[in-house]
Formats: sequence, C-alpha cells, structure tokens
Amino acid sequence: MSDSQTLKLVPLNDVHIAAGGKMVPFAGFNMPVQYSGLMPEHHAVRNNVGMFDVSHMGEFRLKGPGVLDLLQRVTSNDVSKLTDGKVQYSCLPNDTGGIVDDLLVYRFNENEYYLVVNAGNIDKDWVWISKHNTGGVEMLNMSDGMSLLAVQGPNAIKVLQKLTDVNLSEMEYYTFKTGMMAGKDHTIISNTGYTGAGGFEIYMMNEDAEHFWNTILEAGKEFGIIACGLGARDTLRLEKGFCLYGHDIDDETSPIEAGLGWITKFEKEFTNSAYHKAIKENKPSKKLVGFDLIERGIPRQYYKITDGKGNEIGEVTSGTQSPSLNKAIGMGYVKSEYSKPGTEIFIEIRGKELKAEVVKLPFL
Amino acid sequence: MNFPANLKYTEDHEWVKVEGDLATIGITEFAQGELGDIVFVEIETVGQSLNAHEIFGTVEAVKTVSDLFLPVSGEIIEKNEGLDNDPQNVNEDPYGKGWMIKVKMSNPSEVDALLSADDYAAIAG
Repeated sequence: MSDSQTLKLVPLNDVHIAAGGKMVPFAGFNMPVQYSGLMPEHHAVRNNVGMFDVSHMGEFRLKGPGVLDLLQRVTSNDVSKLTDGKVQYSCLPNDTGGIVDDLLVYRFNENEYYLVVNAGNIDKDWVWISKHNTGGVEMLNMSDGMSLLAVQGPNAIKVLQKLTDVNLSEMEYYTFKTGMMAGKDHTIISNTGYTGAGGFEIYMMNEDAEHFWNTILEAGKEFGIIACGLGARDTLRLEKGFCLYGHDIDDETSPIEAGLGWITKFEKEFTNSAYHKAIKENKPSKKLVGFDLIERGIPRQYYKITDGKGNEIGEVTSGTQSPSLNKAIGMGYVKSEYSKPGTEIFIEIRGKELKAEVVKLPFL
Repeated sequence: MNFPANLKYTEDHEWVKVEGDLATIGITEFAQGELGDIVFVEIETVGQSLNAHEIFGTVEAVKTVSDLFLPVSGEIIEKNEGLDNDPQNVNEDPYGKGWMIKVKMSNPSEVDALLSADDYAAIAG
C-alpha cells in the first residue's frame, strides 16, 4: 500500500503482521484493525481476556511547580482532586466552544503529571498546551518513545498478576502504580481501559514492547488470551457509551452537550468555562444520546436523525452492530426535546427513515 | 484463496454462476474477508429489472457498509432468504450458502465480458 510509506509504524508493526493482523491507516499510524476476526476478539475481551497494542496513543510528561495551575486552566475536570497514583478522565476545551481532545491525566506527584492523548491529536494538543504554558512548566513529548498495551477483560488481572508482585486486586479503577512487571522495572501499570470490561493498561519504553507483548501472550495462554485490533476496541467502547474523539466529540461539541458534564467542573476556571457554564445553565439545545435501531439496518457516522416525517433533528456520530447485545446501536446528537429515553426517533439509511428509540447509556 | 474455476467474476468482487439464462450471484471469498463480519444483507430489488452495474443491494459488516453491484442485466427473480437470519453465511460459505440473488438475464452475452477465475485472482491477489 502506498499509504504505508507516510504512515508512522508502532514498534510492534512487524509482530502484528506476522500474527495475521490486518493493518489499516488510523490516525496517521499503520494499525491492526483485527487479527482472528472482530467478533471473536470482541467476545474475548468482554468475557475473558484480550490484548490491544495502542502504542499510537500520545504521552506527555509535565513537570514543575506550575503544573497544577496549567492543568487546571487547560483541562475541564478538577485536577486538584487527584492524589498521587490517581488517574482522571478529562478534556481540553478550545476557545471556540468545542474540544481540542479528550485525555487521561496521571498524577505522579504534586509536581509531575502524565497526559495520555489521542494519536490523531498529538501535535494539536502539544501546540495547544504549550501555548497556555505561561508558567514555565517543563513539557516532554514521550509519544515516540513509549508503547502502550491494553490487557482487557475480566481475566486480564489473572494474566498480569503472574508477571508482577504489585498486588493488582488492591488497585482501584483509575489508579496506577509504577513497578516491576515481566522483569522490567519502572513499568506503569494502570487500572484503566476503553472497553468497560475491566483490565489494565501497561506503559513501557518502545524497546521493551515486543518483550511485554510476547510475555503477556505466553502468560495468558492458559486463559485463552488473544490479540485484538482496533475494530473490537471500537465496538467494545461503543457498547459502554464511551465517546470517541472525531466521532462523538470534536472541535465543535461542548462537553455539556456530549454528556461529559461529570468531567466539566465549574468550581474552577478553564478555557472557555463561562461559555460551557452558560450552556449548562440554559440547558443545551442538542444532546448526545444513545439509541437502539428498532428496524433492520446499521447506523453509521453522519447519517441523519429525523422525526419520521422527513425533518432532520440530528446526526449519528457512532454506530455499529453490537456483538454482545446482537442488535444495532448508535450514538448521535439530537435536539434536546428528543433526548429523553423512550423517545421515538428515526435514522435515515439509504433514503429510508428507520425507526429507533433513545435509550439510556451505557447500552451494556 | 479460493476462486472456483466454474464461476465468473467482476472487478467489484462479485461472482456469477451461469446456467442458461439464469445467473446466481454472490460476493467472493476475497470480498467477504475484506468486509469482515457481515451482520446484515439488505436486498430489496426482487422483482425489479436492472441494468448491469446498478446497485441491487447492500451488505453491512460491523465496521463498513458496501453496495452490491449487479454483474449482468436482468430481472432479479429470487434472493437468498436464509441470509436474513444467518448473514454470516456470506463469510463462512461465500460460494454456497452465502449466495445472494438469482437473475434472469436479459442479455446473456454480457457474461462474455466477465472475468475468469484466473483473471480475477490476479486482481484480488
């Protein structure tokens, strides 16, 4: 493929190809979309254990006495609530009403944080945060040197516990520890993930990525671990109603409209916070909702949402056939008067308006 | 990859089995692999007469949607009802249980323009 010459390669690129990974361009990287098949990979994670290489994700280290002040100004969530070893989901609001990116904030200590950002937004985020870094915080972009493996599923903990003395069962959701794993010290072990299936995300240096990949597969053999691609990652996150940047949130959506009010804290000031506060107080005119498709079809991004009489009331942002629920599900923005669970809406698919119903998120 | 020699093929990755003026049509093993897990085959053109290259249906995989193009002109006289409940048959048995439609050809000479298994294999390689 001619594209691959301009695509970035993760350190495990050749390992994925050798394992039968079907490689596709994603966010500027050549990434495995599936190995054995999306369905078996999805079910492995939901019911057992699977491993994703998500090394395309970006990591920034921020250090210095002004770091809390900087993060409070650029992120929407309240970073002051974090203690050492805790992780927080947040977003970077822009100054035009939308979101630069969503991200995870890791607190190592009061003067050192890591930010984990979407691959497609690494450069944009770096420029954005740098622009607001008026307090001389030391910023280091570690993205090209770090790899990230997500070991997900109810049995992930059993696999990984074989490889570390860190007591994983004592680790709460959205906490992390740095320690020895698979014989490598300074490994970041994070009880996080994008599947809603439980499990951990493991950060390591690039040169150790293949060692970790092989060691985890070997340790997981007795549990039936399999390699999983971005296809299953997407169906898994959508079943849990997790937003995907570029689909459900973007440069134009407010976190309030996106249902991310829980990470948007107005006890502090952040970029454009007055604007989002006004949206919250005046009730947003559109809202991100989940829906089940009642009639037969699959919703996809950009499909129109209508009232069944040909009038457009919104747009689909994500959609798929849910492998766990065995039905077509989606998310999209609708005018607020159509956002209540139980409301009948319609999805325009190939010229037909197909019946759907607004449901509470998550789907599963 | 398996491309049976007794079938004809299109550049759009459909296969055609010709019996007199009757053509049975499906998608190739290559096509189903590219699409991934197929979850819905929508064909609402039964009874219609369409020209070659017109869209006769749509196949939805978990990640993608793809139109189905008619390889030869004619009337669509039957669709594979079994795919309503078992769309995965297209993945598991693309040349057998995964067949999609039967067409009464209006111009059987169009078959001559279709690809042989060898020619198609060169494209789908």
